[in-house]
Amino acid sequence: MDAVFGNLDLWSAALLNTLIVFFAGGAIALVLGVIVGAMRVSPVPIARGVGTVYVNLVRNTPLTLIFFFFIFGYPQLGLPKLSNLVLAVLAIGIYTATYVAEVLRAGINTVPVGQAEAARAIGLPFGQVMTLVVLPQAFRSVVPPMMSVFIALLKNTTVAAGFSVAELASVRATINDSHTRPGNPMEVLLWVAVIFVVLVLLLSWVQNALERRWRIAR
Amino acid sequence: MTSVLYDVPGPRAVARNRVLGAATVLVVLAVIAFVIYRLYVSGQFDASKWYVFTFTRVWEQIGVHLVNTLAAFALAAILSLVVGFVLAIGRLSDHAWVRVPVTVITEVFRAIPVLVLMMLLYFGLPTLGVKMEPYWAVVLALMAYNGSVLAEVLRAGIESLPRGQKEAGYAIGLRKSGVMRLILLPQAVRVMLPVIVAQLVVTMKDTALGFIITYPELLYYAKLLSSQQGRPILQSAFVIGGIYIVMCLILSGIAKYLEIRTRRSPKLNAIANAHDPAADDDATLTEVIAVQKALRGKDQI
Repeated sequence: MDAVFGNLDLWSAALLNTLIVFFAGGAIALVLGVIVGAMRVSPVPIARGVGTVYVNLVRNTPLTLIFFFFIFGYPQLGLPKLSNLVLAVLAIGIYTATYVAEVLRAGINTVPVGQAEAARAIGLPFGQVMTLVVLPQAFRSVVPPMMSVFIALLKNTTVAAGFSVAELASVRATINDSHTRPGNPMEVLLWVAVIFVVLVLLLSWVQNALERRWRIAR
Repeated sequence: MTSVLYDVPGPRAVARNRVLGAATVLVVLAVIAFVIYRLYVSGQFDASKWYVFTFTRVWEQIGVHLVNTLAAFALAAILSLVVGFVLAIGRLSDHAWVRVPVTVITEVFRAIPVLVLMMLLYFGLPTLGVKMEPYWAVVLALMAYNGSVLAEVLRAGIESLPRGQKEAGYAIGLRKSGVMRLILLPQAVRVMLPVIVAQLVVTMKDTALGFIITYPELLYYAKLLSSQQGRPILQSAFVIGGIYIVMCLILSGIAKYLEIRTRRSPKLNAIANAHDPAADDDATLTEVIAVQKALRGKDQI
């Protein structure tokens, strides 16, 4: 337990950074993902094309490489300086957005055809078909897979540790490099694993609760 | 999966769609132009930045590291398939003393990030006196994580089969192992093949985490290259990134192809309807609209 109580400052800062990357990255992923998801089902062929290229390109790139681009590449461009934490948030947001978009599209496809056809039959245009009939139903079936995306996002925050963002997975290096801090690598990493298991279980529990509450009777 | 969300566009809708399309093109072009402009201003197109890539030696090294990446991926893929089968069958066991521990193992390994697993193997184990090559840390971590994910995939596949399959197996006198081996698993594998291949894409992408624990794979070499003369950081990221994207696109293409074949197969359709084949449907049925349009054209003639 010394590894935890001897370094409480380190752990709380690391946990805070993990949560920042998780929530801020999640917010970016959600907003961008909804836009891209909407583009991919829209009646505008060019928008569909752009959405498809974005999703396929980013989904087939390792997250580590996207981090590489942002953390090492971005400063090369001579743009305003951003801290590694902000760059990590951007990288993980842009990566996760593709998954959010795909989940939304799959959710829209689970809405029975008859619903959209009925909406069209009473003369609603695309915008209203989506906002009044399809999306409200899609959102319910989307909740469980969306939570899975966020669980993956939570686990992906560890990649930031490889790029000198002080979050949970980097606690080991800090403790290892200092002689005054108690704890050995094994101990620290096991605690990190435990924290992640707890956080993931928490998210799974939320997922199950939402799923039960919003199950659609079909 | 047909979900026709909009009508065949009329004249006004066509006009509006054109405007929206033009706006999309403008926004995308603006973003691309800005990026290229910044790349140009910061001198990323200078010959000196690309100089390293003129050496055969560098490309040889890229080849060597590509082989390293593929070596980790291949072994991890095979091992995780094996582990996946074992865990899936264990979790479906009738004996609680097998089922409960296997369930716990699967859930725990699914919840721990792959990078933390790799670090546990590479940085953690030496404190217990076990030294491990980065290669094995990468392979074993990927095996544990992807194995437990594949186990869940297979289990979902088996559970999605109609109950009659199993009952018919028992009715003709097969034992438990026979029902599993001859009837349930072959069908589950066929149904879940697209998902399994898609998970292998994830495995491929996750080998790139190996660079953080100093496994000399492609991304590790990109980092190495970017410290060369001219500091070609973005350039090496582009080159290596291109290689990754091509490899993953090939695998994704296979997954997609398998999925389309699955959907066409009448045998599997009955089963596949149990889970959600809509997940990776392409475009929301513009094809349908195009066909409608074509048919209408014929009617008028």
